Amino acid sequence: MADEVKLPADSFEPLDKSKHLDSEKIAAPNLTFMQDAWRRLKKNKSAIIAMIILIIFFVLAFGSAFFSPHNPNAVNPQLANLPPKWPGVNINGLNGTLVQAGSRVNAYQAAGAGAGVHYWLGTDYLGRDMLSRILFGTRISLTVAIVATAVDLLIGVTFGLFSGWKGGWVDNFMQRVIEIIMSIPTLVVVVLLILILKPGMSSITLAIAFSSWTTMARLIRAQTLELKEQEYVLAAKTLGESSIKIAFKHLLPNLSSIIIIQTMFTIPSAIFFEAFLSFVGIGISAPQASLGTLLNDGQKNFQFLPYQMWYPAIVLSVIMIAFNIFADGLRDAFDPQTKG
Amino acid sequence: MAKYLVKRIFYLLLTLFIVITVTFFLMKLLPGTPLQNQQKLSPSQQHLILKQYGLTKPVWQQYLIYVGGVFQGNFGTSFQFSDQPVSYLISSRIGPSLLLGVQAMIIGVIPGILVGALGAIKKNTWVDTTTTIVSILGISIPSFVLAVLLQYFVGLKLQWFPIADWGGFSYTVLPTIALAASPFADTARFTRTEMVDVLNSDYIELARAKGLSKWGVIYHHALRNSLIPVVTIMGPLAVNIMTGSMVIENIFSIPGIGEQFVKSILTNDYPTIMAVTIVYSVMLMVVLLITDIVYGIIDPRIRISGKSN
Repeated sequence: MADEVKLPADSFEPLDKSKHLDSEKIAAPNLTFMQDAWRRLKKNKSAIIAMIILIIFFVLAFGSAFFSPHNPNAVNPQLANLPPKWPGVNINGLNGTLVQAGSRVNAYQAAGAGAGVHYWLGTDYLGRDMLSRILFGTRISLTVAIVATAVDLLIGVTFGLFSGWKGGWVDNFMQRVIEIIMSIPTLVVVVLLILILKPGMSSITLAIAFSSWTTMARLIRAQTLELKEQEYVLAAKTLGESSIKIAFKHLLPNLSSIIIIQTMFTIPSAIFFEAFLSFVGIGISAPQASLGTLLNDGQKNFQFLPYQMWYPAIVLSVIMIAFNIFADGLRDAFDPQTKG
Repeated sequence: MAKYLVKRIFYLLLTLFIVITVTFFLMKLLPGTPLQNQQKLSPSQQHLILKQYGLTKPVWQQYLIYVGGVFQGNFGTSFQFSDQPVSYLISSRIGPSLLLGVQAMIIGVIPGILVGALGAIKKNTWVDTTTTIVSILGISIPSFVLAVLLQYFVGLKLQWFPIADWGGFSYTVLPTIALAASPFADTARFTRTEMVDVLNSDYIELARAKGLSKWGVIYHHALRNSLIPVVTIMGPLAVNIMTGSMVIENIFSIPGIGEQFVKSILTNDYPTIMAVTIVYSVMLMVVLLITDIVYGIIDPRIRISGKSN
């Protein structure tokens, strides 16, 4: 046997335990549900661009009360139907000229407007500033859509949760109610409700909310049916938790991704319905404006003054596209398993 | 199957009955009469006119008469056009609406399926990106915005098709395109999603392994299987087209039901509003019923009896 190396005890030095306790641990930082979704959303460039566009629109629309260039309802018949004019820009379409009877005329001079007068997006048939009206209209459209979606959310989630949780004949009955509502085209329901509530901003909001909660209710119910069989719900029940507490503490957090995704798809459809109704003439009434009424006004004489239609159409379309792309991105972020 | 059908039709009739009842009483809640110059008419004249419309009877009698009438195709008399039965107003206007609707459905769904399938086959290439962008645009841009744009560019600037009015086939082109955009985008998107799923499945691998040609696999195995779920979105698409028709018919001045509906709303013509509501609901319910039946027939994996709850 070879010589054994003798090592006295003091040749060892104890390491500081607390420092190396976790040296074998391999783990990423814990992410909350929201952080996790945000991490995935950030990777989706188009969704982020859409989100930024939406934020800009929201800031402009809701800030327009403070920096709107003109009063959106101030009538100025002398300066009616002026085309857009940007100071210092000389491109047809943005220099205040208009093609009339085959030749280009300076509409600002013809109307006798002062040298310093310029409207970024022109004026409408009553001489109201288009830019201010579009900002103002966007604000009304967005407000209607968001309030309607919030009410829709409240009704849909409550209805769906109750129906799914109760089950049995209650569930059966509530599902029949939804089926009946769904077998009438949504727009017809909206129209009937508006007729009863009298046209106006609040009635339009309520009408949209009352007619579009069914999809949310169905989704929530289907998911609740699944969730209530889970063991943690059973555990909560066994511990004597009340149904309401289970709904708020256990079911709702697990439903949140469905709710968020569905909400993001409801908002653009509410914007669409509002614009649609206002366009047809049963929505927002004058002097208030929404994107739909502006588009309707513009459509009346787009043959000669196309700019009055372009800008509301562009704003409405951009908002709709941004919402849809953002909603798609959110769906992928919150629910990575969904196909798409 | 027969039992299921009977049950479905029973539910359909029940739903229809509830729709009729609810709209009837909603309309009764509303102010407004068929009288046009109420101040100028003496009470006896007013009474005569109301009697002509059957409005002097108690509400429950009016209701029974109305329900009885509806099942015989009688929807009462229009307030807007005196002496004009509502059923005539609707039957004379349903033609253009149906024509536009069916055309839009065909133009929307068939190219939608092709484009969606192409997007899935060429996944993650520029073809796919383009189809995705087109379908996002189609879903987002409201039909009436598209209609107005078409009117301006194709109708006014290029003068290829008439701007408005109703005549031969050329008059239907622009409104059909405007109506078809949203069904097209929906179908393309849905087909793409389904097809991507199907292309990743084992039986496609098997078909390839057996040595079938690429397009044979796509046509016989992938496309057919991805089309089955596409049938389910026919109901929502029909709703889309009905909704769109109200405003599209207005923009293009087409004498259809949608245009009549909007007119009736603006003039408080309650009997017509009720009738159009009922007609729309019936059309939607029939479409939903047909899609359910077709779905059951083309996909043997689905047990209809199990699906009904």
